[in-house]
Amino acid sequence: MIIQLKNISKIINNRIIVNNLSFTMRAGHCFGLLGPNGAGKTTTINMILGLITPSSGQLTVFDMQQPRHGSKIRKKIGVVSQEDNLDPDFSVFENLIMHGRYFRLAKDQIVDQANSLLASMELLKHKDLKPLQLSGGMRRRLSIARALMNTPELIVLDEPTTGLDPQVRHLIWERLRELRNQGTSILLTTHYMEEAERLCDELMILDQGIAIESGTPRELINQHIEPHVFELDKSAAQTHSLKNTASQRIEMIGDTVYIYTTQSHLVRQHLDALSDDQQIHYLHRPANLEDVFLKITGRDLDE
Amino acid sequence: MSLLDSINHFSYGAFCIWQRNILVWKKLIGPALMLHFGEPLIYLFGLGYGIGQLVGDINGISYVSFLATGIIASSAMTTASLEGTYSVFTRMVPQQTYKAILTTPIKIEQIIAGEFLWCANKALFSSTAILIIATLLGLVESWQALWVFPIILISSIAFAAPAIIVAALSPSYDYFNYYFTLAVTPMFILCGVFYPISSMPSAMQIAVQFLPLTHTVELVRPLMLGQDVQNTFYHIAILLVYAGAGTILAMHIARKKFRL
Repeated sequence: MIIQLKNISKIINNRIIVNNLSFTMRAGHCFGLLGPNGAGKTTTINMILGLITPSSGQLTVFDMQQPRHGSKIRKKIGVVSQEDNLDPDFSVFENLIMHGRYFRLAKDQIVDQANSLLASMELLKHKDLKPLQLSGGMRRRLSIARALMNTPELIVLDEPTTGLDPQVRHLIWERLRELRNQGTSILLTTHYMEEAERLCDELMILDQGIAIESGTPRELINQHIEPHVFELDKSAAQTHSLKNTASQRIEMIGDTVYIYTTQSHLVRQHLDALSDDQQIHYLHRPANLEDVFLKITGRDLDE
Repeated sequence: MSLLDSINHFSYGAFCIWQRNILVWKKLIGPALMLHFGEPLIYLFGLGYGIGQLVGDINGISYVSFLATGIIASSAMTTASLEGTYSVFTRMVPQQTYKAILTTPIKIEQIIAGEFLWCANKALFSSTAILIIATLLGLVESWQALWVFPIILISSIAFAAPAIIVAALSPSYDYFNYYFTLAVTPMFILCGVFYPISSMPSAMQIAVQFLPLTHTVELVRPLMLGQDVQNTFYHIAILLVYAGAGTILAMHIARKKFRL
């Protein structure tokens, strides 16, 4: 086991940030911590890194106790934090060199590693620029390159693609999949369900510090949600007074009505019939983790 | 891990932080040299020769020589104080430099130790610059002036410690005003840089004994003027207390700030 949490809690200023959390992460897996802002994801990561001491519980990483062996454990971990904290006083290349020194790597090794990582992250031609001269996507790629300087056994990413455009997001996903295929373990937090579904072998959904569900993305979806979802506008739904029936379950969140069903053709027929007298725009899509979250907590994930 | 390994491991981390800072400093060497050489020159010419005309000699020493010895001591204080507050705070809070470094095997204690090293290093740069200027102006009397360096080293730690504590406790840059107005400026004016403390009322003379700059000045001045140093161990002891207690407290506060 790479990571083992047993009944971990963290209380800061009388507020329970993480509440009795337990999970294990296997080597070579991609494990996702999923949840809205304030769910306790970052605090959990910082406890795993040994930067925050749990209020109670047992935590081991690489079979060593945290936070006692923080330094030794961090030697084998690469970290991509939520906010960019690249060193603004150094160029792209120097950022990687300096980071390699913090890990006490050999000089030649540092230079070779920096060059090959810059190449794989498509940053080689920007190596002499300062971080502030880069776009957000390039900075994030540099953060990931930096996290790989020590050839980590485990890479920890805290919302790695938040605020990035789709192209960069796909490049990052591709690199992460490559890493996992090479045997690197990945711990990821995200509030993008798509990201979790694409990358993670195993997931845990956190809400207000509590683990509310866990399993593989498919398991979670199959367990909780009908496979088909129709989304339509609230006003349209109201005029036609849609009702729960054996074949459909209706949820209303904000201005959107969600119809969940196992029999998509029935719902589709019904909606198309209604459309005959008045145009109804609807979206038919497969169920995803977002729906799972919605069902479990009754809330939108991005709110 | 043996004790020797631990020491080796700890000092490597501190060395990395020092190295980081000196690499950044090298990129801005022009403005840095301007500051180190320009400022003391202005003081020595402006105040030393200007006011010196009016003041005449102090205890048989020309005012410009007297002032040069004070400026070396006070530059250790200002350099370490500015670096320990503004620069450390910048890396600590807005730039999140420490946060990034703390995800590596380096610990907060090593970062703070590295910052102490760098503050001392920078204070040595500035006192070296002034010593060069003073020597060129013929204001240094003997080779014993080289003993100034270890004194500056101890003093800069004594000044860096409270500065780093202030940086760790302040919510923003504005709060440094308290420290500079209540501690740094009074020391600059009251601790014998510009005039002998014997010319102050006796209560003040006793009060300034509690301030570290007084002791730096009392050590540096005779060393540069080729005189015997009085009460050497007393002055060094006070500086060591500031440096030692300050370092322990700074480490403790930084640890609390970064390890929740």
